[in-house]
Parts: sequence; C-alpha cells; structure tokens
Amino acid sequence: MRPFSYQRATDPDMAVQALSAAAAANNPLTRATSQPLAGGTTLIDLMKLDVMRPAAIVDINPLAQGWSAIEPGGEHLRLGALAKMSDVATHDDIQRNYPVIANSLKLAASAQLRNMATLGGNVMQRTRCNYFRDVSYENCNKRNPGSGCAAMDGVNRMHAVLGTSDQCIATYPGDFAQALIALDATVEVTGRSGTRSMPFADLHKAPGNTPEIETTLQPGDLISAFVIPGRWPRSVYLKARDRQSYEFALSAAAVALDVQDGTIRDARVALGGVATVPWRAREAEAQLKGQKFDDGLAQRAADAAFAEAKGRQHNSFKIALGKRVVVRALQQAVMMEI
Amino acid sequence: MTAAAPEPKANMGQPVPRYDAVAKVTGRATYGSDMPLDNPAYAFLVTSAIAKGRINSFDLADAKRVRGVIDIVTHENAPDLKESKLFSNGGYAGTTIQPLKSADIAHDGEIIAVVVAESYEAAREAANRVKVSYSAVSPSASFDSPGTTKAGAKGQNGQFKEDPKVGDFAKAFNEAEIQLTASYETPTQHHNPMELFSTSCAWMGDTLVIYEPSQYVYGLKNGVAEQLGIDADKVRVVNPYVGGGFGSRGSMTPRTAIIAGIAKRLNRPIKLVPTRDQGFTIATYRAETRHEIKLGASRDGKLVALRHEGAEVSSRADPYCVGGTKTTTRLYACPNVDSLVSIVRADRNTPGFMRSPPEVPYLFALESAMDELAVKLNMDPIELRRVNDTTNEPIGGKPYTSRSLMACFDEAAKAFGWAQRSAAPKSMSDGDWLIGYGCAATCYPTQMAPAAARVRLQRDGRTRVEIAGHEIGTGAYTILAQTAAERLGVPLEKVAVFIGDSDLPPGPVAGGSNSTASTCSAVMMVCDQVRQRLFKAMMPNESLMDKAKETVGMGQTPSTEAAKSDRPLDLEKAFDALGVGVVEEYGEWKPEGAPPDSFKAMHSGHARLVGGAAMKDKIAYAFGAEFVEVRVNRFTHEIRCPRLVGAFAAGRIMNPRTARSQLMGGLIWGMSSALFEATEIDERTARYVNDNLADYLVPVNADVPGVEVILLSEQDDHINPVGAKGLGELGNVGTNAAICNAIYHATGQRIRKLPVRLENIEV
Ligand SMILES: Cc1cc2nc3c(=O)[nH]c(=O)nc-3n(C[C@H](O)[C@H](O)[C@H](O)COP(=O)(O)OP(=O)(O)OC[C@H]3O[C@@H](n4cnc5c(N)ncnc54)[C@H](O)[C@@H]3O)c2cc1C
Ligand code: SF4
Repeated sequence: MRPFSYQRATDPDMAVQALSAAAAANNPLTRATSQPLAGGTTLIDLMKLDVMRPAAIVDINPLAQGWSAIEPGGEHLRLGALAKMSDVATHDDIQRNYPVIANSLKLAASAQLRNMATLGGNVMQRTRCNYFRDVSYENCNKRNPGSGCAAMDGVNRMHAVLGTSDQCIATYPGDFAQALIALDATVEVTGRSGTRSMPFADLHKAPGNTPEIETTLQPGDLISAFVIPGRWPRSVYLKARDRQSYEFALSAAAVALDVQDGTIRDARVALGGVATVPWRAREAEAQLKGQKFDDGLAQRAADAAFAEAKGRQHNSFKIALGKRVVVRALQQAVMMEI
Repeated sequence: MTAAAPEPKANMGQPVPRYDAVAKVTGRATYGSDMPLDNPAYAFLVTSAIAKGRINSFDLADAKRVRGVIDIVTHENAPDLKESKLFSNGGYAGTTIQPLKSADIAHDGEIIAVVVAESYEAAREAANRVKVSYSAVSPSASFDSPGTTKAGAKGQNGQFKEDPKVGDFAKAFNEAEIQLTASYETPTQHHNPMELFSTSCAWMGDTLVIYEPSQYVYGLKNGVAEQLGIDADKVRVVNPYVGGGFGSRGSMTPRTAIIAGIAKRLNRPIKLVPTRDQGFTIATYRAETRHEIKLGASRDGKLVALRHEGAEVSSRADPYCVGGTKTTTRLYACPNVDSLVSIVRADRNTPGFMRSPPEVPYLFALESAMDELAVKLNMDPIELRRVNDTTNEPIGGKPYTSRSLMACFDEAAKAFGWAQRSAAPKSMSDGDWLIGYGCAATCYPTQMAPAAARVRLQRDGRTRVEIAGHEIGTGAYTILAQTAAERLGVPLEKVAVFIGDSDLPPGPVAGGSNSTASTCSAVMMVCDQVRQRLFKAMMPNESLMDKAKETVGMGQTPSTEAAKSDRPLDLEKAFDALGVGVVEEYGEWKPEGAPPDSFKAMHSGHARLVGGAAMKDKIAYAFGAEFVEVRVNRFTHEIRCPRLVGAFAAGRIMNPRTARSQLMGGLIWGMSSALFEATEIDERTARYVNDNLADYLVPVNADVPGVEVILLSEQDDHINPVGAKGLGELGNVGTNAAICNAIYHATGQRIRKLPVRLENIEV
C-alpha cells in the first residue's frame, strides 16, 4: 500500500469533481489516480496488495442518503448504487419478485462483506486472477499492459471460457451482475455532464486487446442507480462452487422465464464464473423462446450457450459444468410455484 | 454435561473449561507480535519473484526515499550468521537454505531483502518500491518436471533409518487369490495458522529476547544462539500463546536470526510481521506425495502381501521426508510386507512437519486401498479391518501396548448408522444429491520426550507450575493445571501454570503429539517430589512414606487397606512440620527407552522423541475410526460432507473437553484436506499461485454442519506415567480416505488423487 489522500464527498458534484481532477492523465479508469471508495472490500484489498495505487481516494459513502434507496415500484425496480448487498438480498419485495437478484446477492461473499459492500462497488469488482492480484508476476496485461498473460498457460482453473482474448482470460467474478444483465437492467451514471442512462450490458467491456479497460466509465463517472424493468418472480440464480458459502462461482446461471400455458414466452439466461464479463447467453434464449419446456430443450439451450466456449489447461471442465448448471437452473425455474 | 464437555468415562479427567478461554475470545491473550517493545523499528520482507537463479542488482533509490526508512538489508550488507544444520541432522533448522548469504536464489519467495523503517506502513511501502533485476534459470517445480532427481530416503535422511519389510512379498503377492494394485497422490499443503510468522527481537546489552510463535522455545533459543555465535543462555524465547502451529513452528526458520542480527546492528528492537503469502515460502509446508500400494489377500479377506512405495518432494538442499511406511507396514496383520520411500528433489523451499506428517498421506493410500480391496472381496470394509486386526505388529512381532481399533469401528459405526447403508455404489440418494457413506481407520504413534518441570507449593495451597511447554491452542495450560491440582490435592483455581518461555525448565517440542504425555509426566513426577518432602517431614519413617505414596496417583486407587485409610495430605500440618512457607522442587523426567544423551539434548534444544514403532519390545499407537457421509450433486457435481463421526481411544483422556476439540478440529481438517486444500504450483516458474486464504480453500462453517466425536475409555499402563497417548494428530489421519471411500459409494467412482474437486466427478 502507498500513501494516498482521502476526501469525503458530501454531494455528487463534489465527488464527480474530485474524481475528474485526475482525468487528464488519460488513464483507463482502472488506473486512474483517484478512485471512489464505497464499501472498500475490493478497493482497499487491491491497494494493500499494491495492485491499485491511487493517489487520491474519494469516499462516496456520504452520498448514501440519496443513493441507497430500494424502490420496488410498479413498472420497474430501482436500486441505489450505495445500497448494501445484504439489504437488497433480504428485502421482501425483491425476494418475492426478483429471486434471481436476491439470490445472486445472498450467495455472494460472506455476511460481513455483504453488510459492507455496495451494489455499485459490486458490479465494479475486479477479477480474482491470482497473477493479477500478485504484483510479483510481471506478466499480466490487465495490470501491466503489454506484458503478456501469465494465466494463459499457468494455473487457470478459475479462469474464463467465454469472452476471452489472447491477451486475457480473467473471469469476471461477481454474481449480481448476471442478474442485472439477464433482466435488461439499465445503469444510471452520474458524471461530468450530468446523469445519463445506459444498458447495463454496455457497462463492461470484454478484454480484447485492452484488458486494462474493464468498463465504459470514464474518470469522474459514478454509478448512481440500477433500474430493472418488469417483474421476474420465475427466476433463479444457481451457483456451483467449491464450498458451500463464501466462495466465487465456478459456474453460475441467472435464469428468468415467463411461462404461459406451458410455453416459454420470454427467457433470460446469463452466465457467471465462466466469462470475462457479465455474460448474456442470447443464443440459449433464442432456443427457448416460444417453445414448450422439456429436458431436451434445456440441453439444447445449454449447448447453445457454450457453443463458442474455449477451455485452457485447467478450466475446460467449466464448459460441461456450465451446461449442467444452465440445464438445472432452467428446470428449477420451470418448477417454481408462483 | 454438554456436547462440548462430554461426561468423563473411566480413565478420563474432568472436562474443565480452558484456562485461557476468556482471554482468547476477548482478545486479551497476548501473542508474539502483541508484546510491547520499547521504541521498535518495523521490518518488512522482500521475497524473490523467481524460484531459481541470481540477483543481478537491486535498485533501492525509490525505496530509500520513503520517509521513515532506516535501513534496507540485502545479501550485500546482511548480518553475518553461522549456518545451522537441519534438525534431523543434529541442528535446529527447518531448512539449510540460508537467505541473504549470496545473490543466489534457491526457491520461490526466498527472503532477498529486509526493509526496516519507523513504521510498518513505511516499511511496507518501501518494500513495494524495491526493484530487483534477476537472471532466472528454469526451475524444476515438482514430480514431473525435468531436472528433478530421485533417490531412496534411507541413507540421506537421518531420521528415516529403514524401509520396513518382512517375509517374501513378491512370492506371496503373485500367489495371492485376490490382488490389488493402485496409485494415489496427495497435494502440496500449507498450514496457514492464524497467527502469521512474526518475530520480534529486542536486545538488552548482550542478551536477546525473542517473541515469536514457536512450538519449540528451547530449539529456537539454541538455534538462534548458534547462528549468532553467542551463548545460548543469552537468548530467551517468549510466547505465552501460539496462534496455531500444526508443525509449521516446530523447527527454526531463517527469519529469526536475520531479524536478531539486524536488531543488534541497529541497536533497536525490531518487529517483523510477514504477510500471509510470505508465510507460504519463509516457513515449511506439506510436500506433495505419490504412492503405489499392492495388496494380496485370500478370499476370506486375510492379507497375505502388502507393499507400500512412497515418493515425496523435497528441496534441492535438504532431504526432508515423512516416510509413513513405518506406520502403514505395521497397521494390519500380514506376513509378507515390503516398502520403499524415495525423495524427489526440486527447486522448492524445504518442506516440514504438518499435522500427522507421515500418517496423513500414507494412510490415505493404505486406507483407500483397503476399501478398494473390500469392494473386490464384496466384503463390508469394517469386517475387512476386523479380519486383519492384530495384537502384534507384523514387522518385528512386537505387541501393541493397547489397541482399540475395532472397538472404535464398532462405536462409530453405531453412532453413524452404518447399518442403514445399502452397500452398492450409487444406491442412495436424496433429491439432487447422491449419498455415500465411507469409513477408514485412523492411528497415530504414541510419543514421549524428556521434560523438566519446577513446582512450587505454598502453605495456602497456591501452586506454581513451570515448564517450557507450549500453548498452541490445544489446552496445555489447562491440563497441566489439572495434573498438578490432582496430584497435589489442591483446588484447580490455586494452580498457576507458566509455559512458553525458554527461561523455564526445558520442555519438549510441541510436535508428534508428545506434549501431554511428556509435560504431564514431568509435572506429575515433580509434584510427587513435593509431596515426598512434605510426607518426609510428617513421617520420617520410610515404610510409612511408601504407604503414603500409594495413596496418590491419577486414576489410581489405593491398593492396600492401610493406604485406603490414610487421610489426604494435611498441608498446614506438613508445612508446620517442615518449618517453611514454600516447597519448591525441580525434576527431569525421561520416558522409558530414551537415549542416554536425553537430558543433555533436552537442555540444548534437540528433540529426542521415543515411542510409536521405535520402542524396544513393544509398539504404541492411538487408534480411531472415522465415518463420513458425502453428498454429490448430480448436476453441479459439488461435493459436500454433512456428517463426520469419529470414535477414538488414546489411553487416559486428560480432559474430555479439550480432547474433543482437538479431535473435532482434526476431523474438520481431514475433510478439508480431502476436499479443499491444495497449494497450486505454477509448473513453469515453480511458484505457489494461490498463496492466500481466499484461494487456498479451507472449509467455512456452512461446510461443516455435523461433527461427532466419541471418546472411548482405554487404559494403557505401558506407555508413560500419565497413561496418555497423544491425540492432537489422531483426528485428521483417516478422513482423507474415508471421504474418498464415501465418494466411491455415492458415485461408483474411485478417486485416488487429492483434493477431490467437482471436476473430478464424472457421474
Ligand atoms: C473474500 C471475498 C469473497 C467474495 N466473494 C464474492 C462472491 O462470491 N460473489 C460476488 O459477487 N462478490 C464477491 N466478493 C466481492 C464483493 O462482493 C465486492 O468486493 C463488493 O461487492 C465490492 O463493493 P464495495 O462497495 O466494497 O466496493 P469498493 O471496494 O468500495 O469499490 C470497488 C471498485 O468500484 C469502484 N466503485 C465503487 N462504487 C462505485 C460507484 N458507485 N460508481 C463507480 N465506481 C464505483 C471503486 O473505486 C473500486 O474500484 C468477494 C469479496 C471478497 C473480499
Ligand atoms: S488472465 Fe488477465 S488478469 Fe490474469 S494474468 Fe492474464 S492478463 Fe492478467
């Protein structure tokens, strides 16, 4: 960890301004010299590891007053970016009408972390790639652009099979983002030119040739809220992991279905633990829409979801595992009594 | 009585609560780095990013600019330290790879610089700013890497003297009605005790005080003195509490003398708290092992031939090995036995003791193979053990001092509900989950070592017990106090125990599960000396004294009528007769069969453990049986272990509460070892990759919904005065095999490589 300045932002303008001050450096956001601090469970961790070295920290927790509301309206659900994971996970309306959201949060991290961590920080959390998190490894394109990728032919059991590039195969580790992307959420961003909205699906960027660029946010941009249209009582978050709690996904599926008279009218499938970014499996959805559900259909959807998957030495199992997780999540969603 | 404080059965002490429980849960217990120092400087380590090669140069300019930096020590300006030999070759060191001696690097994460600063934060920041230029050489990471060498353990490791054999294995195996050959593998594992590998060193004139978590304060004191070239009496090691050891703190690591040397040079106390990941490379670990087991049996299940070949990884520099064949060749009756242990040298840090070092990997192989044999024979695995149970070990024919293996199997089977098992694989399930039951034997050698103690009794009954034992979380304070209270007939609250300080009378290494047997035997003996002085004052007549002696003794009942009628010692009267206010005695105890140099070695910090299979005309082991329920998800293949049941017999149980905790922790660790723990090594760089507690998986509470520990009553009068067998390392031995056996039962799939992860399941 290195010395840094600390500032509390008491209103959004102040936060945006403090964060924009360093924007001129033209760094990607991940390397910007000033970073917002929410729960700190990712940021402080990475600063201690010397992976992130911001010169300035802008504490946005004072904005919680305006930015932490949980508003399950009629048309859509609005979640403030500073809402705590635990508060959202245990909210009655969300458990009833958006089980996929509630469970993606409930099955994440530990109780202590969920009490501390915010939704905004959660979607911005960074990969758990060991070579990224240990600065004694030279070769990490994400941390050290152009240096190579130690994971490519190293220990890569936890790494991604979808959305990878020959520059980076790091998994996007979060859970909640899969629920958001599946449900067509939009994200509300407060930045230098005011507040704007964009599809959540446009927030993260696949590594391509620039794995150090992880999102489309610019220095000075803050996520202020998430908006989820509709209601999805028939939805599931299934997470396969090495231990029963407090562990990232080896493979996860966020599934939401609208089934009427046995026919799937709308289907949403997103994958976690297997891709470099929150991953919407539209090919799987295309298989499902308009069909009657049976196990064969579930299998075809799962196969479609992983058609493009590429495994490496230790993570190829994620392809077969991912398919079984999708199949089971679909079956569970269909069996839900609503 | 509660589950945590089981009702004592015959030959068990009271389940009194831990002496240190409140201090620990309230954070008042002081560990090494909590010790206040006068104006300390803080050290932070820089460790190598390559496993093999040389340092070309350091660029320290940036680091030195950090405000508060006092000194940066590298091989170019390191304190001059003498070498210490490996503990198994008469030295104190857990590794002979001495960092900061030259520009050469022998393993990943070797200490290459020490930054000393006015604050921890400044030292850390400066360490982050140290730039190193290396010339790296391609290292050999493990078994299959090019460039490793392999040779028999016998002849290179001083403590591995013999590959046990008896009869004619080859002939018997070839002629056996049933034959089984199978290979097994266990991974690299790290102890990860909660307390980090900290060291604080403070000099007062020419006297050095070291605060450090150590499982052997006498070893460390003597070892550091040797490295510094000073008299051992000038070094004192203090650690009233050790935040977990598991073997990692049994032998000296290089860091201590380095920090002591720097503290001397700077004339200032220094506190070092290394990081979690540095703990993976600056201390020891359990190396990966490979095994081939061959079993030959007759159709009724009787073993006729057994061969165990093991291979273990060690460093280039040191021939460390655990050599568990001494146990696996003796566990069951079998007339024809063969074995071989080899060491494979790679570019790694030197491995070392880790909870049940030999038994964990070697019994995993044997007890898995026994289960495979039971399947081949279409026999209940418990019955297979019964058929091969024995009162004498097969290699030398020596009798077990006591052996309750089958009693443990029967008790545990009953508590577990083994009878409800349907034998066929894949025949039990519950919704999405396939269910499997599995079991395995567990055992651990009963070991003892010389120990000295001082006991001071006051007229009012207040008692002070001093012995350089170690509280590594096992309950040492508590049972030592119980021992003295019982022996002297004073209330437990009046006994104060002092351990964890090398200025106290020498105790043994807290390893090999010898502590309870050794320290309690010593304390018992010295308590008797105290009693005898008092008795002598009251009844100078010899024969009366003998009679009085018969009235004391733990778990003993007076054997003569005369003794029975004796009143307990009246302290006031005895002190009056003696005419003093305090009686203090010092004594040195050694176990039967201890080598002649035992007491000398005890003072110079060399552990001389005796027992187990190495006794002259007998063999002493503690036994147990472990049963597990495993659930495997049909869809995700996730493996969960909702139930662990173990029954154990270990001679006298000093305190059923602390014993249960040890065994429960052992079962949980055993499960962890089977399903979670593995240090991942990057084959190309020979570096540990998951060197932190987020990625080195250990179970969380949700993984351990049910653990049941059953303590069997067992009396053994042939081991030590206390009659206790060590049980700290008994619990985690059988679990690996029990889990794999249960996975076989659940899925029909035999997995011979640990840990078992969901990708290994193919249902
Ligand atoms: C041991 C461990 C296990 C975990 N397991 C899981 C798991 O199983 N599943 C899972 O999903 N997560 C898991 N996590 C991750 C955890 O959920 C995230 O660390 C947490 O959600 C981050 O939220 P925070 O508020 O603490 O973010 P911070 O650490 O404060 O911020 C994270 C990043 O986002 C930026 N940021 C924060 N708020 C905003 C905002 N409003 N707008 C723009 N940028 C912002 C910060 O600058 C920083 O770069 C785990 C974490 C740990 C340490
Ligand atoms: S996978 Fe990505 S984050 Fe990991 S080492 Fe490669 S480039 Fe770095």
